[in-house]
Amino acid sequence: MAKILEGFPEGYYGEYGGRFVPELLIPVLDELKDCFGKAKRDDSFFEEYYNLLKDYCGRETPLTYAENLTEYFGKGKIYIKREDLNHSGAHKINNVIGQGLIMKKLGKKRVIAETGAGQHGVATAIMAAKMGFKAVIYMGAEDIERQYPNVFWMRNLGAEVISVKDGTATLKDAINEAMRDWAANFEDTHYCLGTTCGPHPFPEMVMYFQSVIGKEIRKQVMQKENRLPDRVYACLGGGSNSLGAFHEFLDEKDVRLIAAEAGGKGKESGQHASRLAYQTGKTGIAQGYKTKFLQNSDGQMLDTWSISAGLDYIGVSPICAYLSEIGRMETAAAEDNEVIKAFSLVSKKEGIIPALESSHAFAVMIKDIETTTKEDIIVVNMSGRGDKDIFNIGEALSDEKWKEFVKQRGDGYGS
Amino acid sequence: MAHKIKLMTHQVLGYPNFETNEKALEIFKKNNVEYVELQIPFSESSADGPTFVKANQLSIQNGTTVEACLEFIKKSIDKNPMKFLIMTYFNIIYQYGLDNFLRRASEIGIWGIIVPDAPVDEGIQLYDKCVSYQMNPIVIATPYTSEKRLQVLAKKGREFIYFVPRKGVTGSKTDFNDSVREKILQIKQRTLMECAVGFGIQEKADLEFLEGYADIAVIGSKITRIIEEEGIEKVNDFLEEIRE
Repeated sequence: MAKILEGFPEGYYGEYGGRFVPELLIPVLDELKDCFGKAKRDDSFFEEYYNLLKDYCGRETPLTYAENLTEYFGKGKIYIKREDLNHSGAHKINNVIGQGLIMKKLGKKRVIAETGAGQHGVATAIMAAKMGFKAVIYMGAEDIERQYPNVFWMRNLGAEVISVKDGTATLKDAINEAMRDWAANFEDTHYCLGTTCGPHPFPEMVMYFQSVIGKEIRKQVMQKENRLPDRVYACLGGGSNSLGAFHEFLDEKDVRLIAAEAGGKGKESGQHASRLAYQTGKTGIAQGYKTKFLQNSDGQMLDTWSISAGLDYIGVSPICAYLSEIGRMETAAAEDNEVIKAFSLVSKKEGIIPALESSHAFAVMIKDIETTTKEDIIVVNMSGRGDKDIFNIGEALSDEKWKEFVKQRGDGYGS
Repeated sequence: MAHKIKLMTHQVLGYPNFETNEKALEIFKKNNVEYVELQIPFSESSADGPTFVKANQLSIQNGTTVEACLEFIKKSIDKNPMKFLIMTYFNIIYQYGLDNFLRRASEIGIWGIIVPDAPVDEGIQLYDKCVSYQMNPIVIATPYTSEKRLQVLAKKGREFIYFVPRKGVTGSKTDFNDSVREKILQIKQRTLMECAVGFGIQEKADLEFLEGYADIAVIGSKITRIIEEEGIEKVNDFLEEIRE
């Protein structure tokens, strides 16, 4: 782990982290912590992990020089880390493959997972199919509506998808339900948490598996530019792709690390999912850990909003909360309209279609670009591809021809 | 026959409303219930099963605040002889301020505190301060709790250990078999504390099974379900029947 994160009690990052779970889950978290602890000290485990990513998922992913965007702005040199080219189309698979190998060590045969945008659910379903596990995916009813194509794929990959109708019927509720399942079935079941949140050891473990992104960025930028990047941008929901991209550079003081949160309809609207940039998150305890949560004065969690289901979450990684507090990680929020503009620009200039989540990272980078010079090297971590978002983007762009097509297709299934 | 096993009954505050909570307390009192566990609702009640999850959510939707819960408890304690415990999730206490909350709870006469998502290590301040404010922090043990950890729990807890005899969340049926009795005896022997058993107690037979082993039987979501399905008056019939 990066030096900057050391020196705290186990599982803590500053005052954030910990494991605030029912006593019932303490033994299984201990078991997981011990298993992961052994694995991370074993070089052959990492080798097995990386080889599987290479042969099965297509790592390493390219670092593409965005020549047209760079020319268009005439400022810093822009590179795009292509996590969209992973098998399953997003970075989520990195973590899942790692946890699949941990499951084998634990001898568990059933895997449960929560999913927001559906990417982590799809990745888990893929891993379960590949490794011969039974998969059950919890997904908020609201998210199922927004991301049905991913639900379709999960089911076709053999996973059971359970619709969660409690609370706001989004990611946080799917996490609660997955924790309940785990409390009832931990003897044969592993909870494959998809992001750097939840009780220890999840934040550290998910960051560890995702840190392959930053390791590759370092190597690739060194090859192309013979120096480190000046800035790395990533979108920030729970924290898995941002910490994946940032971890390698945490101890490199000259590399600026900038996280893009979901500004939704703006700070004043209250309809957003920005905990850090808008400084609206308050330290609290929920879902097994302590971090900055969007909550009211009684401590009840608030409704969040984002155009992208993947960033629509009340909490944030305890590691990000700490890095933001000490100023090592900068944060900014991109509003929905800025995100759509960034999405269109990247698509049209580079022929690359970013996910709406990743479009937040582009949007913040674009807002900042004026402050860079031609000497600067910028890396944007493109966490996933956008073609999965076709229904949402079609709607967000208010594309009449698309709507007409969907309507016709729908009518075709009528009666 | 004289009853040795004591009862602890549960209410989610503000669900379906405070009036019903008040009636429930009267019924508990009439049936000589010894302990009452009042839950201050939380939006992320991840240790609870479907009945209480719904109760927590609807209560919050109805506008229940922490302040209203504390006021209700204060009023209730003045009228009832039972021992009152607050059950809530850690964030509710954390946002109120640990000291502020415990001081207030102590002032209104709370006897004990149960916080399911504060295991003793993470919640160490909560457990220690609870004692210094003259209240009893209740620790929770499960069949999976190791001997070593049981010792840690016993040091931090007061008065009784809350034993959850199975995996899972609140509300579903527990298979009461001999291993449950064995574990209860083991816990009492190791910790020298009384033992409350909760999760899944739904009928008279469950109490009879625990009689002579557990000191306290906790009846939680069963009562909430009776209120939902048959109305508050039936809670009296239920308690009379199981106490017969």
